[in-house]
Amino acid sequence: MAPGGRGPEVRVPASQGVSRLDAALIAQSLLSGLLFGGVYSLMAVGLTLIFGVMRVVNFAHGDMMVWGMYLAWLLATRAGIDPYVGFVLCAAALFGLGYLIQRALVGRVVDAPHEMQILLMLGVALVLENSALVAFGPDPQRVRSPLRAATVWLGPVFVDVARLVTFVLAMLLTLALYLFLTRTDLGRTMRAAADNLYGARVIGADVGRVYAVAFGIGAACVGAAGALVSPILPFQPAGGLGLSVASFNIVIIGGMGSLPGAFLGGLLVSVAESLGAVFLSPSMKELVSFSLLIVILLFRPAGLFGRAAT
Amino acid sequence: MSAGPPLATPVLEARELGKRFGGLHAVRGLSFEMAPGEVLGLIGPNGAGKTTVFNLLSGFLAQDAGEVRFEGRSLTGLKPHAICRMGLARTFQIVRPFPHLTVLENVRVGALARQPRMADAADRARAVIEQVGLGAKAGHLAAGLTLAERKRLELARALATKPTLLLLDEVMAGLNPTEIQAILALVRSINEAGVSILLIEHNMRAVMTLSHRIVVLSFGEKIAEGAPAAVASDPRVVEAYLGEAYVAATN
Amino acid sequence: MRWLALVALVVLLALPAWLNSYAITVFIFIFFYAFLGQAWNIVGGYAGQLSAGHAAFVGIGAYASAVLSAQAGLTPWLGMLVGGVLSAGLGTLVGYLGFRFGLRGFYFVLLTVAFAEVCRIVALNTDAVGGALGYYITFTGNPRQFQFQDNRAYYYIALGLMLVATAVVAAIERRRFGAYLIAIREDEQACEALGVNTFRYKMLAMVVSSFLTGVGGTFYAFYLFSLQPNSVFGIPLSVEIVIRPIVGGAGTVLGPILGSFILSPLAEASRVYFGQGGWAGAHLVAYGLLLIAVVLFLPQGAYPALRRLWPRAAAR
Repeated sequence: MAPGGRGPEVRVPASQGVSRLDAALIAQSLLSGLLFGGVYSLMAVGLTLIFGVMRVVNFAHGDMMVWGMYLAWLLATRAGIDPYVGFVLCAAALFGLGYLIQRALVGRVVDAPHEMQILLMLGVALVLENSALVAFGPDPQRVRSPLRAATVWLGPVFVDVARLVTFVLAMLLTLALYLFLTRTDLGRTMRAAADNLYGARVIGADVGRVYAVAFGIGAACVGAAGALVSPILPFQPAGGLGLSVASFNIVIIGGMGSLPGAFLGGLLVSVAESLGAVFLSPSMKELVSFSLLIVILLFRPAGLFGRAAT
Repeated sequence: MSAGPPLATPVLEARELGKRFGGLHAVRGLSFEMAPGEVLGLIGPNGAGKTTVFNLLSGFLAQDAGEVRFEGRSLTGLKPHAICRMGLARTFQIVRPFPHLTVLENVRVGALARQPRMADAADRARAVIEQVGLGAKAGHLAAGLTLAERKRLELARALATKPTLLLLDEVMAGLNPTEIQAILALVRSINEAGVSILLIEHNMRAVMTLSHRIVVLSFGEKIAEGAPAAVASDPRVVEAYLGEAYVAATN
Repeated sequence: MRWLALVALVVLLALPAWLNSYAITVFIFIFFYAFLGQAWNIVGGYAGQLSAGHAAFVGIGAYASAVLSAQAGLTPWLGMLVGGVLSAGLGTLVGYLGFRFGLRGFYFVLLTVAFAEVCRIVALNTDAVGGALGYYITFTGNPRQFQFQDNRAYYYIALGLMLVATAVVAAIERRRFGAYLIAIREDEQACEALGVNTFRYKMLAMVVSSFLTGVGGTFYAFYLFSLQPNSVFGIPLSVEIVIRPIVGGAGTVLGPILGSFILSPLAEASRVYFGQGGWAGAHLVAYGLLLIAVVLFLPQGAYPALRRLWPRAAAR
């Protein structure tokens, strides 16, 4: 995945970089990174919700996102529905998929050793990724949206309208999730189950349903993220595992099981990658991500805000 | 000035042992000794810090203060496996058998600490299994044992490491009276064979009959120490267990 | 059980006389991936440390022997040892960091993936080894350069590798090393309390595993003649390595072999049947479904399940 705010002329060769850099360039980078961060946040929030509630690491997260992207593409090309409208349908479809996966598969291994859960989700990832490959072929796709080329100037920097809309929608979805978790009964039950499973069972919470809804929401988040990103970036089935790893990166940095951590982590990582793309060559920027991940794994696996996972 | 015969080195010696978790003193200023061949009972109300003491002694936790000496050698900074090899073995409060292995394979892991060759370790394991009375179940998977059998397995595994000192953490918890009597006899026979024993136990009758001496902990500190009868009638001990109100009401 | 294995061995040794070149290629893949799976089995199966980055070791071994052969004229027969040692070096690093810092389960998996990805990215950006275009080995057919005209030679080498790895695993299982690894996988803390230096044994497993995998990298290089960073360091290769022992039976001697005999023909059949076009990847869907089925219904893998069905045939 090659995210990070990059408008058409921001790609500065690293060798020339230092002499050409000025405040506007950095500001541009920061802004683009921030706007894209909304998507990262959404991905991370979905993953951390699943982990927070049932301590399962969703290795199929990125592949669910890929399906979100392809569903958006189908809606756009077959039904003429713009992804900025269709993302709701994508979220709903992925919710259903996530719910089913949890009920049929994950629910059976919630108490199993972590290795078993990882392998199960890896299997799901393989199935999702390669069924997309079979269905849509290996070549990268993109969704054409009328907003694609529109830009707006804000003082010295310009804003990609597509990214702006993506950001706003991603923020709205995160806000909706926040309200769900704090204002609704089901949401509160979910948080209770995340905090103290035994206690939640004692008070009669239908834990199976809570888990399934949590997984569904996590999938819906990443499905929506996929739809929102589909006009901005090219996508292909093979990108699934890479997106999963990117999500893990963010969640580990922000803290496993912490929603604010995932949210802020998404913005942080996106901005960092955006700046990294300016200062380093694009492919080396992935190196920075992974190196950062290794450092965090070793020295602060609980991340910035997270609880320690057992 | 004449020196009498030298006192035997205590098998275990704790001096001003302390452990904090954040602001909470789980164990504070704990000092006691154990003579070789002794059975020392460690009792106290829930939350008194007993298992923390075990974790400190066996190397699973590092102490914040004080020192522990085993047969005169300091245990500071040593990892659990090293401490076990020195001759200090422990069992866990919630038994942890290797579920997918048979009883024999379980105990063999302990025996391998002393006998690197698999065949020798298996022989020793069989002997220990007989000793604890699990002979009939040697080939059974550990996951299929009853709780009483698992306690014996836990005991056998630790015993297979040929310990000089054995730490038993609530080995009688969850057992019915018959099973308790059986385990009691087993522990006694182990001690009579020369193994010193430090046990945490809530079953008062068992502790009183088994122990040569008792140490009482409350809120991480030692509040009494001595022969079982003396400790049982110590008002501070009664107060720790039953509270000031009870003591006031019955005096 | 033992004479059954002997018969199978004799059959495998004699087989090339009757097989056409394509069938021999299939067997080469079966043997080679069984070898890689068996090497992984030591640390992933027996010790229970799930590594999803073993492709890194293949890649290092492959590039090391390839470059040494091309630039220094070092015969790959020795180069494979160098590759193995270098891979063991990385394995030591990853193992040390992972185990010293107490990374378990998901965190350890992620650490191994991160290292493999770092290797991949570094290889992609290092022009000295071909970068994104890849590194190519000129075919000379010279046995001293580990190259053979006849496919059958590769068959026997791959078979040999598989047997060596299996012998290593069998030897480990018979000894205290193996008993300790299995116990560590069951419950590490309980092991510590029984005098097992869990850190040392996990490290040992990691070093042996990564060394063997690195040796396999040489075979990879001199059989395929081209090294692409995305292929040789990539997650898909790590998946191929891991899935055979898991399906066949992680932590057993025959598991990786059984798994390879199940999965390689499956992969090949679906690749042939569904063609290169739109159905490319169908075999991976099958992999995924199989993995799910194994986790849900046969968590210990096919071999232990078979052993339960025929207990007398399989004397332990």
